[in-house]
Amino acid sequence: MEYFLHLAILFSIFAILAISLQLIVGYTGLLSVAHAGFYGIGAYIVALLLKNAGMNFFPALLLGALGSMLVAFLIGIVLSRFRDDYYALGSLGFGVIAFSILLNWQELTRGPLGIPGIPRPELFGFEFSSNLSYLLLSFILLGAVYAFSRFLTLSSFGRALQAIREDEEALSVFGYRTSWFKLAVFVIGAGMAGIAGGLFASYITYIDPGSFNVTESIFILSLIILGGLGSLRGAVVGALVLILLPEALRFVGFTPDIAAQMRQVVYGVLLIVLMLYRPQGLMGKYKL
Amino acid sequence: MNAITTERLRKTFGGVAAVDDLSIVIQKGKIIGIIGPNGSGKTTLTNVLTGIHRMDGGVVVVGKKERTRIKSCEVFGLGLTRTFQNVRVFEQVSVLDNVLIAITKKGVLGSLFERASAAQIQNADAVLARVGLTEKRDALAAELSYGQRKLLEIARALATDAEIILFDEPYAGLFPEMVKRVSGIMQELKAEGKTVILIEHDMALIRELCDHVLVMDAGKLLAEGTPEAVLSNPSVIEAYLGV
Ligand SMILES: Nc1ncnc2c1ncn2[C@@H]1O[C@H](COP(=O)(O)OP(=O)(O)OP(=O)(O)O)[C@@H](O)[C@H]1O
Ligand SMILES: [Mg+2]
Repeated sequence: MEYFLHLAILFSIFAILAISLQLIVGYTGLLSVAHAGFYGIGAYIVALLLKNAGMNFFPALLLGALGSMLVAFLIGIVLSRFRDDYYALGSLGFGVIAFSILLNWQELTRGPLGIPGIPRPELFGFEFSSNLSYLLLSFILLGAVYAFSRFLTLSSFGRALQAIREDEEALSVFGYRTSWFKLAVFVIGAGMAGIAGGLFASYITYIDPGSFNVTESIFILSLIILGGLGSLRGAVVGALVLILLPEALRFVGFTPDIAAQMRQVVYGVLLIVLMLYRPQGLMGKYKL
Repeated sequence: MNAITTERLRKTFGGVAAVDDLSIVIQKGKIIGIIGPNGSGKTTLTNVLTGIHRMDGGVVVVGKKERTRIKSCEVFGLGLTRTFQNVRVFEQVSVLDNVLIAITKKGVLGSLFERASAAQIQNADAVLARVGLTEKRDALAAELSYGQRKLLEIARALATDAEIILFDEPYAGLFPEMVKRVSGIMQELKAEGKTVILIEHDMALIRELCDHVLVMDAGKLLAEGTPEAVLSNPSVIEAYLGV
């Protein structure tokens, strides 16, 4: 049961990451591999505020989200001028820089040693120390992120994002300053990733830079490609499948010493098979 | 009254002048034809006027100001819109949404808090009915035939309610009954007092619709006048037939 709760919490965190990246990649067509960077910024801000400043989790989470958004704004001003492969490369550059700052700014982040002993959230004297209560908190945040994303995608803003994905230049002729839209969705997505990061840090109680490298960005990307681009539900399904998959593999009977490697192999094979037979993903509407 | 004037407008691609010091006047409230052989710079002119390409020289007067630079996102505000010769509809978006794009709010904040209203949707449906795409309203633009996409381009332009509309070969790939429908739309636009710029290779259509015709050749203005005058002009015939 505890293990099930653990998986459900991880699922919520990754579903938030997938939904937020879906807005950027699936809706707007901006191939960003910087997402783990914002996830990491949120995680570190929350971890440091909880541990070193003794702040309450909830204002810290808000600051974590705002911190991610601020960095995304600064990066996005430059990045939003690009499109297509240039955008992907630019975001890769940022992802690498973010990771190496987390790794090398040792006075602040303790580098590869990571930050242990991050406290759990507390609200009016109630501590979210049990996994059940933490799951509840995660689900509430996931629900809020989902609802807000749905609100966005159904708005005129969401329609413009999709038109940017299809033909940014043609859209601009109809009066849209497309780079502002790209900047806005990038900042919004980063804020959500920051929330996922804070949730992760306080749950695991120990973070190190390894959880926020470019490989992690690609993992998040694979969640939405698997689930289907351009679909919020797809993002959630993608997170569910890729979080539960290793557990399914456990029953297949790989021994623990090869299970981790086999998981990577099976992820890879699964993605390849999916792209061959269902390129639009499980729930998606279109191909990348 | 003039809708658009250009003075020594210039656009070069790697040394080749696609629009070569072109000075033209587009009168308001008329249907103005632009003809010329392939590669004579008609589309490039359209692209420069709508900010797709940056002009390399010259001045464009549209609205009240003289401009030496037009940004594509400003074009809508100038009351100018266009269709694309190489159809550029938003493929993986519904036909209705393709039209709504032209109608709903254009700013980041405004659009965030706006959902298409019943009135806006009604407006979009009316435009779709006008081009005969009502049945395709909920399909993805990608599912349309080539001719239907051309019609969707027209619908999207109409939905902006712009004062000046540039049609870059709107008839290409249309069935005869659709050709009639589009011609009807051109005449309605003129009756509404709008300015229509029609780039077209079919001289029968040019004769039927246009009040005034500009002939381009190698980025320059070769001739202009009424359709009759221009189409009987020996140098125009020569440019077209390459005699
Ligand atoms: N983006 C571009 N890059 C380089 N050259 C271009 C570009 N666009 C147009 N040209 C060149 O500019 C010249 C004018 O082309 P343009 O498309 O404006 O002609 P057009 O009159 O529209 O022809 P058509 O009747 O075939 O549509 C051609 O020589 C073309 O090759
Ligand atoms: Mg052309």
